[in-house]
Amino acid sequence: MKRDLVLRVVAKVFLPFILMFALYVQFHGDFGPGGGFQAGVIIAAAVIFYALIYGLANARRIVPDGLVERMMAAGVLIYLGVGFAGLILGGNFLDYFVLARDPVAGQHRGIFWVEVGVAITVSGVMLKIFYMFAGRGDVD
Amino acid sequence: MAGHFAYAVTVFLMIAGLFIVIARGNLIKKLIGLGIFQTSVYLLYIAPGKLIGGTAPIVSESFRVYSNPLPHVLILTAIVVGVATLALGLALVVRIREAYDSIEEDDILAADRAADAES
Amino acid sequence: MAFAVIVLVRNRNLFAVIVLAGLYSFLMATVLVALDAVDVAMTEASVGAGISTVLLLGALHLCRSDEARPVQGAGMPLVVSLACGLMLVYGTVGLPAFSDPAAPIHTHVVPRYLKQGPLETGVPNVVTAVLASYRGYDTLGETTVVFTAGAGVIALLRRRRNTGKRPE
Repeated sequence: MKRDLVLRVVAKVFLPFILMFALYVQFHGDFGPGGGFQAGVIIAAAVIFYALIYGLANARRIVPDGLVERMMAAGVLIYLGVGFAGLILGGNFLDYFVLARDPVAGQHRGIFWVEVGVAITVSGVMLKIFYMFAGRGDVD
Repeated sequence: MAGHFAYAVTVFLMIAGLFIVIARGNLIKKLIGLGIFQTSVYLLYIAPGKLIGGTAPIVSESFRVYSNPLPHVLILTAIVVGVATLALGLALVVRIREAYDSIEEDDILAADRAADAES
Repeated sequence: MAFAVIVLVRNRNLFAVIVLAGLYSFLMATVLVALDAVDVAMTEASVGAGISTVLLLGALHLCRSDEARPVQGAGMPLVVSLACGLMLVYGTVGLPAFSDPAAPIHTHVVPRYLKQGPLETGVPNVVTAVLASYRGYDTLGETTVVFTAGAGVIALLRRRRNTGKRPE
C-alpha cells in the first residue's frame, strides 16, 4: 500500500486529527463521554493505521518496541503512584482528597493522573499486541 | 410481556454465542462466539439501567432524570477485559496452528490421540 | 443484529465471519447509545469493532484457513442451546420490567452517586467519577489485567533472535 498515492496523502492528512481527537476524548472525559480507555485505544488505532499504510518497519522506527514496552508498565506504575501518594500524604490507599489543599481539587488531580495512567497502559498494550501479531508472519 | 423484550434479545444472543462455541470446531470461530456471548451479557446489565425519559448520566442543570451509571462502569471494565482475553486466545491459536498445522478442533484431537497411541 | 448473528453462525468463510463480527459490534454500539450508555458505546465501538477486528484479521492472516465442514451434526448442540435458552427465559421472567423506577438497581447506592458525585469530585460525568474515584480499585485491577494480557502475548509470541527458529 506504500505506492498508492491517495492512501498515503489521506493517511498523512488524517493522522494529526486522529491524535488530536484522542487527546480531546482523554481530557474531556470529565464533561462528556470518554476517558482513559477510549483515548488509549484511539491512539493505538492511529499508529496501527500508519503501520498499515506505510509498513510495519516504518512504524517500528517511529514508535519503537522499547518505548511501547515501557509505556505498558509506566501506566500501571503511575496508577500505583497515585495510590501510594494518597498513602504517604496521610489518607488511605487511593484517597484523592489528601492530594491538594482543597478536597475537590485533590479529586480532580487524582482522577486526571489515574486516567492518564490508564490511557498509557491501554495504548501500549494494544500497540504491542498488534506488533507481535503483525511481526510474526515476517520471519517465516 | 413487552417489558421483558430486552431480556428476550439477550437470551437469543446468549444461545447463539453458546451454540457457536459448542457446535463449531474452528478455533477462531469459537472465539468470535465467545465474544458474542460477552456482548449479550453487556446488554443484560445495561438494559435495566435505562429509564425512559432519562438521559445519559452526565449531570447538568437542564436534565432531572438520569439513567443508571453503575452498570456502565462495570461493563466498561468487562469490555476491556474481554478484548484482553480475545488477544490471549488468538495468540494461543497462532501457536496451535504452528504446532499442529490446523485450527480445527477435530484434527487437533485426532493428532493428539495418534501421538498418544504411538508413545 | 439477530440477522447478522444468524448469518455468522452459518457462514464458513472466516474473513466474512470476522467482518460480520465487526458489523455486529457497531450495531451493538448503536443499541447502547439508544440505551443512554454513551461511554460504553464509545468503548464498544472502538474496542469491539476496531481492535478486535484488527487482531482477528491478524490472526487469520497467520492461520490462513477456512472453516471445515462440521463432522458431527448440529442436532445435539442445538437442543442443548435451546434448552439453556428456555431455562434462561424462565429465569428472566422474574426480573424487573424495562424502565421500572422502583427496581432495586435504582434505589440502593446510585441516588447518592448521582447527587453527591459532582459535588464531591467536581466532575459532571458520573461514570468517570465512579470509575476513577468511587470504584478506583476496580480500575486498578482492570489496568493490571490489560498489562498482564500484553505480557502474556509477548511471552507466547516472542521469537529468539539468534537462531531465527521458533522456540519450542
